[in-house]
Amino acid sequence: MRTKPPSLLQTQAFRIVLVYVLLFAFSVTALLFFTYWNTRRTLDDQTDQIVEAEITGLSEEYRHFGLPGLVETVRARALHQGQALYLLGDGLHHVVAGNLEFWPQVSETAAAMVEFDYDRPVNGKLEARRARGRVLAIPGDFQLLVAEDVHDRYLTERMFTTTLPWTVVLILILGTAGGALIGRNMLRRLDAINRTSGEIIAGDLTRRVPLAGSGDELDVLSENLNRMLDRIERLMKGLREVTDSVAHDLRTPLNRLRNRLEESAARLNASGALKNEMMAGEIERAIAETDQLIGTFNALLLIAETDAGTTRAAMSALDLREVAADVVELYEPLAEEKRVALTRLPSTPVVIEGNRSLIAQALANLVDNAIKYTPAGGKVRIQAAATAEGIDLSVADSGPGIPAADRPRVVERFVRLEASRNSPGTGLGLSLVAAVAHFHNAELVLEDNLPIGLKAILRFPHTAIRLPASIKSAAE
Amino acid sequence: MRILVVEDDLEAQRYLVQGLKESGHVVDEAADGETGLNLALSRSYDVAVIDRMLPGLDGLRVVAEMREHGNSTPVLFLSALSEVDDRVKGLKAGGDDYLTKPYAFVELLARIDALMRRRMPAGIKTRLDVGDLELDLLTRAAKRSGTDIELQPREFRLLEYLMRHAGQVVTRTMLLESVWEYHFDPQTNVIDVHISRLRAKIDKGFEAPLLHTVRGAGYMIRAH
Repeated sequence: MRTKPPSLLQTQAFRIVLVYVLLFAFSVTALLFFTYWNTRRTLDDQTDQIVEAEITGLSEEYRHFGLPGLVETVRARALHQGQALYLLGDGLHHVVAGNLEFWPQVSETAAAMVEFDYDRPVNGKLEARRARGRVLAIPGDFQLLVAEDVHDRYLTERMFTTTLPWTVVLILILGTAGGALIGRNMLRRLDAINRTSGEIIAGDLTRRVPLAGSGDELDVLSENLNRMLDRIERLMKGLREVTDSVAHDLRTPLNRLRNRLEESAARLNASGALKNEMMAGEIERAIAETDQLIGTFNALLLIAETDAGTTRAAMSALDLREVAADVVELYEPLAEEKRVALTRLPSTPVVIEGNRSLIAQALANLVDNAIKYTPAGGKVRIQAAATAEGIDLSVADSGPGIPAADRPRVVERFVRLEASRNSPGTGLGLSLVAAVAHFHNAELVLEDNLPIGLKAILRFPHTAIRLPASIKSAAE
Repeated sequence: MRILVVEDDLEAQRYLVQGLKESGHVVDEAADGETGLNLALSRSYDVAVIDRMLPGLDGLRVVAEMREHGNSTPVLFLSALSEVDDRVKGLKAGGDDYLTKPYAFVELLARIDALMRRRMPAGIKTRLDVGDLELDLLTRAAKRSGTDIELQPREFRLLEYLMRHAGQVVTRTMLLESVWEYHFDPQTNVIDVHISRLRAKIDKGFEAPLLHTVRGAGYMIRAH
């Protein structure tokens, strides 16, 4: 089974870069804001000092020469069309003197520094500009507004506030693109590692993870994986050798034992006395016992071999529906004899890649159990169907079921529940089903069958599905 | 019939050779791959029984060499190895049948008979007869003493296989392998139930039964 390769957004590299880019953008914004705030404060301080100095000068003027002196000075200063702005107004905001034509949008009681817009003629046209200053109250209900033109600072500030969001957007775009690039590169190399791992899981232990040759962390990881694989391959080979020699060394004496028993039975039969006939019966029972021993031994070996999953020789495209139909057909007379209705629910073809014998064996074990434990008059239903969870080959019976707490145990080797202790069986049936499931990356699910009974499901992953094209090439 | 036995376990070899001789076959034996291969290539046999694991030349190699030399003697592999993979390998290498140790001698004998029968030029038969039972392979109709017998498709194949091997013992595994085309161990003896159904159809109401149970071995169809 191969898990779906991660999309770019899921890669660790991309996520790391994305987090970094967001942090970077945040820092840049904070830094720029601090600089902006600091610069503006400094500039405003300077302006404020100039304005305060002017106000001090003019108050001095007023103290020495009274209102006419102040008007005189303001008029004189206002003649220079510079940065400094003056306006002396009366209680009704009529302009008495100064270089502003109207009293701007400033409260006459504004004793603290304020910013306001005013119009100034430039090349015969009025231009809205920004100024900063404050009002000084003169006795007799006059107000003196002293300010500095700060329009240049204002423009810079506006430029800054409009550019900043774009800068951040640009950082994010470039950073994300960079992240995607790094992520994709990382992904390509990880994908190579994953693909190899997938093939190894599928049983090809000779595969190794390719190295990029750069000696970086990924290469070190690959090398370590390869070393691990060498070790696994050695272990698997050892396990196989052990299984093979156990099989060989136990089967040979078992073979001799069975041969001897057969030979003795044949000899006794040939001589044909009544006493010998009883002996022959004994020997026949001994042969039957031997056969049961052989059966258990074979099942154990098959489980060990299937569980190791190192063999792929006998995989082919097969239709689960057909296997289900064959097994139903095979067990139907037995079910009828036990008065159990064995049926297969219709479905569309479900073609997967698998080992036909093993799957048939597994299904036969499940059906055999179902028939064995379903009381007369009950039902056993088999279905092969693709569902949301996977490709299900299910056997549902109307027997007593298995208590949920016992379910994990029943697939263990030689485990037999108290209730079935007295019926024939080796206690390996479900273990073999579980091993066959494992061999196919499938899962053996035991659940309640509604309203009564047990539902055993061999759930194959969706990746086991064979597409029509690959079936064709397999048939060639 | 001439049979070659290549088996390195001498005890098993002795038993095998003795059993085959008692069944009326002429047997040559070898205890290693090279001797076996030389015998197979220099003399003519009807069947060769070859152990899968042999000292020197391995059983698979022996058969591969035989096939390379154009020798088409039917080969039955005996193997004490584990099954899933090995069976496929054995049949791929040119083996005609595969039997896992420990085996019942009757099973081996039945399979040897089947391999020999397969080799005999049978011609294209369209009708099989055993006593008064006849099976028309074209119309897929079965009759006994002129009475039509209704058979399900699988029952027809079962009867066809039995009748093609009339007079021979056919084991349950052989039936599962040939009629159902599956190789596995059905826990309960389901084949027996199929046979008793078939028996009810062809033997019920007739004086002389045709389908016989051979104790400890399997089944045989024959006219008495």
